[in-house]
This record gives sequence, C-alpha cells and structure tokens, in this order.
Amino acid sequence: MNRLLSFLFHQGVLDEQFLQLQQLQDETSPNFVSEVVNIYFHESEKLLRNLRALLMERELMDYKKMGIDLNQLMGSSSSIGAKRVTNVCVAFRVATEQNNRVGCFRALEMLEHEYCYLKNKLHELFQIEQQRDLAAGVRYPVQN
Amino acid sequence: MGLAAESQFHVLAVDDSIIDRKLIERLLKTSSYQVTTVDSGSKALEFLGLCENDETNPNTPSVFPNNHQEVEVNLVITDYCMPGMTGYDLLKKIKESSSLKNIPVVIMSSENVPSRINRCLEEGAEEFFLKPVRLSDLSRLKPHMKKTKLKHQKQETEQKFENSEIIQNDQKQTPKSQIQHSETESQSQTQLQAHSTIDQQQQSLQQGNNNKRKNMEQGLSSDTDRTRPRYSGIATVV
Repeated sequence: MNRLLSFLFHQGVLDEQFLQLQQLQDETSPNFVSEVVNIYFHESEKLLRNLRALLMERELMDYKKMGIDLNQLMGSSSSIGAKRVTNVCVAFRVATEQNNRVGCFRALEMLEHEYCYLKNKLHELFQIEQQRDLAAGVRYPVQN
Repeated sequence: MGLAAESQFHVLAVDDSIIDRKLIERLLKTSSYQVTTVDSGSKALEFLGLCENDETNPNTPSVFPNNHQEVEVNLVITDYCMPGMTGYDLLKKIKESSSLKNIPVVIMSSENVPSRINRCLEEGAEEFFLKPVRLSDLSRLKPHMKKTKLKHQKQETEQKFENSEIIQNDQKQTPKSQIQHSETESQSQTQLQAHSTIDQQQQSLQQGNNNKRKNMEQGLSSDTDRTRPRYSGIATVV
C-alpha cells in the first residue's frame, strides 16, 4: 500500500471497502477501480447539484426529496469506501428528518468540502499508480 | 467453448444503483457465476418470464406465453430499497409464482433494520446481506443454488422419463411396421400410438430404467449439453 493510501485510511477518508474494490481488480478487469470511481464522481456531482438546488428553494423545502438523494449518495459512497463522505450524509439526513434548514445548509457545505477533498485525493492516487505502472513498463517491457 | 464439467450458476442481480450493480456484477463474476443485472423489480420479473398482473386478477401473475423461463436463473439477489417495486415486493411476487417460487432470493440492504430483515426472511428470503456486500458474503450463496439445481435436475429427468415412455412404446411395437410397405406404415403407427397411451402406465414400471438410459445414450434427450438453456416442463423430443 502506498503512502497516500495509508494516509487516507488513517484520516478515515477511505475504509476497507476501498480495499475490496482493489481486490476485485485483476487482469480480466484491470481498470475496475477507476471505472467504478469515475461512475461515482459522475453520479455524486449530479446528486450534489440536486441537493444544492433543493436547498436554494426560497419557499417550501422538499426535505423528502433531499432524503431520497441523500440515500443514493450515501449508498454509493459507502459502496466505494468513502467513509467521511458517508458519515456527513448520515448527519445531513438527520437534519432533513428534523426539517432543520440551517442544519441542512451546514451539512451540505461539509458534504461538498469532503467530496472535493476525496475527489482530489483519488485523482492523486490514480496518478501515482499510473506513474508506477509506466515505470514498471520501462523496466519490464511488455512482450507482445 | 466446449462442455463445462460443472455448469455455471446463473445469478440475476437487481439494484437501482448503477455503482452497486457494477459491484455486485464484479463480485459474482469473480466468484465464477454467470450474471445478469437489471435496474428494477419489474425488469427482473420480465427477465424471469413473469409479467406484471393486469386488471383482471391482481393476485395471480400470468406467465408470458413465449417465454417459459428459457434462461435458467439459479438465484436472485436484490436490493431492498428501490423506487417502485421494492426488493421485498419482488421477493413476494417470486414466492407467489408457481413457476418461480423455488428460485432462492437474497436481499441486500445498506440499513440494518431487524424488523426489515425478519420480514424478508419470513417471506422466504434465504439470506439478508448488509451492504456493502463483500466477497466473503458470496460464499453463502452456493449451498442455496446447489439445492435448487439438484431439485430442477430431478424434475427434468422425471419429465424425460415420461416422454421416453411414449417413444419407447412406439419403437418397441413398430419393428413389424418397418418391414411393411411405407403406405401402411403411418396407419399402423397411429394405431400403435393409441395402444401405447393406454398401456403406458402398465409398461412404464417394467421398462423404466432401460428406456431412460437408452434414450439418453441415443441423444434423444435435449439436455445432454448442459450449457443449453433449459425448458422447464416442456422437454423437446428430437
């Protein structure tokens, strides 16, 4: 495990589920982790935009709809091992259940922050792995 | 590709989340299962050959006339929380269907709600997995699939047995007709067929095992190739 990864574990950004993803990657599915993570990014950004739009409603806030989007985000974050993002979703959901507008705003800000951090770190992680693979390729040329 | 020594188990995975679908598909493939994924309960039922009930009888699902479960599904694994038809609804529909009720169903959920778990198990779910599902969880699936595959094979051999009776009776009684002229052949055959249906029950006990083995060796069974789809209840006689 490289230093960045163990750092992310230590910080609670990622949990063992991420390791499970890595274990599922092999020669038959060599890009599995990045494929899943990219789908996750795409889905999450859509959901985060929805949540922000719902919170911007001046009049009646649809807490129920927020809860639905949150459940989706929570589920997929947990499925890829994004522990901190998942935890913020939990707190956010509590706020929606209490119809707590201020609480929801705070939670959304935290969620957006955690998500950005996660995305940056995962990109970094993939870059490191890519460079490592390239370096390995130079030393051990591919026999084709 | 050739005949597999042991045919693969086929799992139908149902989840509205694209990420979870991708995950479960990978988990199942890694465990050497054949996988089909769908994103809703209604699509799952469609795949299984069961159409949604219409207005006439809301309680009895009807089977698609063209699809007698041509693709064999050995297990259904479904998410609990789905829009429209929940995993629980899907479980109920499967267990209420005479053609599908023997398929083992496993429920997955991200929430650990004991009442929900109990409800599902009571309705006939074999297992309840908490998400995220791990590779180690999947090892619990095989015993359920093996159990029903055995049952299915038993049903099939019984069906083949029945069909082979009709063939064997004809064959036994037609040696003479084969020597006869072709014009009269069809005549005698229809007569013999009438005979065989009447005598079938008496003779079946005696001829039993010989017929079965003989027909399987002769390749009359449509199911010697296990990789071909199975026809439940409708064995094709070549």
